[in-house]
Amino acid sequence: MQATALMNPAMDTTMTEAADRTYMLAGERIKIAAKGLNFFYDDQQALFDNDLKIATNRVTAIIGPSGCGKSTHLRTYNRIFELYRGQRVEGEVMLDGVNILDPSSCDVLELRRKVGMIFQKPTPFPMSVFDNVAYGLKQHYRVDKGELQDRVEQALRQAALWDDVKDKLNKPGTALSGGQQQRLCIARAIAVEPEVLLMDEPTSAIDPVATARIEELVNELKERYTIVIVTHNMQQAARISDYTAFFYQGKIVEFDQTDRLFTNPANKQTEDYITGRFG
Amino acid sequence: MLKQKNNMFDPLFRWTTLGGSLVVLVLVAGILLTLINGALPSLEKFGVGFLFSQEWNPAINEYGALSSVYGTLVSTLIAMLIAVPLSLVIALFLVELAPPGISRVVGGAIELLAAIPSIIYGMWGLFVFAPFLADHVQPKLAAIAPGLPFFTGPPMGIGMLSAGIILALMILPFITSVTRDVFQMVPSVVKESAYGMGSTTWEVTRKVTVPYGIQGVVGACFLGLGRAIGETMAVTFVIGNSHEISASLFSAANSIASTLANEFTEAADDVYLAALIELGLVLFGVTLVLQIIARWWLRRTAKKMGAVR
Amino acid sequence: MKPRNPQNRKLVDLSIRLLSGAAALFGIAMLTWILGTVILKGAGSINWEFFTELPAPPGLPGGGLANAILGTLYITFLAVLIGVPIGLAAGIWLAEFGKDSKLAEAVRFGSNLLMGTPSIIIGVFVFVILVATTGHFSGVAGAIALAIIMLPVVARTAEDMLVLVPSALREAALALGVPRWKATLGVVFCAAKTGLLTGTLLAIARVSGETAPLLFTALNSPYWPSTVNEPTANLTVTIYNYAMSPYDDWQALAWGASLLIAVSVLGTTVLTRTILWYRSR
Repeated sequence: MQATALMNPAMDTTMTEAADRTYMLAGERIKIAAKGLNFFYDDQQALFDNDLKIATNRVTAIIGPSGCGKSTHLRTYNRIFELYRGQRVEGEVMLDGVNILDPSSCDVLELRRKVGMIFQKPTPFPMSVFDNVAYGLKQHYRVDKGELQDRVEQALRQAALWDDVKDKLNKPGTALSGGQQQRLCIARAIAVEPEVLLMDEPTSAIDPVATARIEELVNELKERYTIVIVTHNMQQAARISDYTAFFYQGKIVEFDQTDRLFTNPANKQTEDYITGRFG
Repeated sequence: MLKQKNNMFDPLFRWTTLGGSLVVLVLVAGILLTLINGALPSLEKFGVGFLFSQEWNPAINEYGALSSVYGTLVSTLIAMLIAVPLSLVIALFLVELAPPGISRVVGGAIELLAAIPSIIYGMWGLFVFAPFLADHVQPKLAAIAPGLPFFTGPPMGIGMLSAGIILALMILPFITSVTRDVFQMVPSVVKESAYGMGSTTWEVTRKVTVPYGIQGVVGACFLGLGRAIGETMAVTFVIGNSHEISASLFSAANSIASTLANEFTEAADDVYLAALIELGLVLFGVTLVLQIIARWWLRRTAKKMGAVR
Repeated sequence: MKPRNPQNRKLVDLSIRLLSGAAALFGIAMLTWILGTVILKGAGSINWEFFTELPAPPGLPGGGLANAILGTLYITFLAVLIGVPIGLAAGIWLAEFGKDSKLAEAVRFGSNLLMGTPSIIIGVFVFVILVATTGHFSGVAGAIALAIIMLPVVARTAEDMLVLVPSALREAALALGVPRWKATLGVVFCAAKTGLLTGTLLAIARVSGETAPLLFTALNSPYWPSTVNEPTANLTVTIYNYAMSPYDDWQALAWGASLLIAVSVLGTTVLTRTILWYRSR
């Protein structure tokens, strides 16, 4: 039903004028659809009526000035905001047609297995490289030792880290370099075979060379996963994403194919932001 | 002229404060030497056998430390067995589960528990808790585990078990508050990322939070252990002061500290006094070794954990 | 690879949550039980005579613990007089001069050891050097034992607080040509005074409930404290002696003294925490 609405833009009446080029999603399978999303920190509203569709096996970038709500929006996709008192959400986020914000229809542990998250700073757990990657597997599955080893190796290979760490699997995760730690976190997230990867400014704390490797990696990973990446770096968004959403003051100002949004933005605010006139 | 005067004061200030620091070192060395010197008559008479003799008889002037050392170790062990897991779950409650308001109130109450002087624990233990234990808890323990040697004998209340439980209450707040601080030091983004993997609160705590702060938690346990081993008044009130070693936790026993408190002023004979001082030396030695182990352990884990924190 | 049942994992999680809530409740219950007992049993003994009269022989009506109250105040005061200045000096040296030197590390280790030393050992030590040598128990020996316990607490708190003072403040004072001792005592102490005050208060709270180090130093006495060279009445040893006595009225006085000690120690602790709390806001 979601899909048909998208195929035929005329039927979708909820779209604002600025965003109505969304029909460019035609032909895509929709993984996540946020509808009428409002978010509150205590009494302060941080997101206003967000509608956003995330295409399967594509990279969707969320850009915008700091404090515009891009991370807040991302953090509803795996309900990680629920850890904090006073944070609440209204509206719905459909993942494969199931509203994940509804606790009765969606188990949060299973949701977070399906939707992995990478954070701004690398967050290796206080355990060995191997145990870091095995962490999620051991939580969610009963696995025998041999299979565990295979899967850890596979995840590390996918994260392009295997060659770097194959001799240091028993070293603490914290002993790796910043870029390696971030790839370790990616390996840890993909080891449980998620469907979606959320990345919250994953390269903002690491050096340019390591950043380039991660961008390369994102490009490879989209073959298997749907990726949503929040970034304050517009060049990065332009380089790696297929679709881009521009957030401003808690609202989605514009959403389009990345190349079009950057070359020919429909909205004046978007244009001002990407040309560096503010932000 | 005035400047001249000031310049004279600076070195004086430096040397005075240095003097204060040296007092600390002099005291530590002084305590050790004084105890060794005071224990000499007993050291000469009983030698190493002092540590392994159960005899404690002022009438014939024969002394051995075994029953006191046993009592100290067993009461401390009971205390640690109760206090460590309890402290961990209370700290977990305070940091991860309770709303901030409740956390502050409960945290404050636990800290008050630490501020209560040990003599009050002793009074409460002797007049309230030991009778309660004798009437309501010990008969049940004996009924639950009839074969076990730990729970045999008349339920008097006073004895090893009540000493251990009261010690547990006394060290609980120390371990709890250090553990709480340690839990709070774990960066929230690391916890978030564990939750983000689909872990429950308990799984995050067990696999990430506790390992993250393990050095601090172990440090907290050593702190509690040190206090329990040397705690005097509360134990003296409730342990029963008997020099017999008994497997039953219901029996009266003694600890090094309680024996010192009870008998020190009565020791008229030189050898008796020296034997008591030697007990003190053993206790001081144990706390010294504990401190050194704790430091070594902390340094080792710090190295092993790499740049954690 | 079989998935684990999330319901089971949540069940384990829930049981731990319940357990931890129960443990917290248990902690509060114990505090209430202990303090409640002390208040219920102690309040009856607190009256005018309790604060003004000497103890009466068992069986006779009336009598108070005025001598022990006075003695405790006086021993504690002496202990502060001895322990706090030395502790402050050590703290200043560690923060201002010692820093990372080998000697400073040794002093820190020594003060940790001293803090971890059972207070009864301090009592034995003071007995051997001051009581056995002079041949009599004395209030001053008790005060010195308490001072030894305070010393490391004051030293470490003072060091912590002084280290927290921004070095810019220190340098600004020194740059004005102020000599070091004036800079430290004036500028730096001014900035750190709340911390130092609370550290000292906590040290007082810590020692005013101590019994073990007084047992064989100050001992106890049924009379008014007079000179520092004789056994001196004090509340905590009185509690111990009276509680162990077979007389009901003495035991009642012991409960009264417990209430007094509990109120003053907890009061000081709460006061200190409140000061710190206001400070941190």
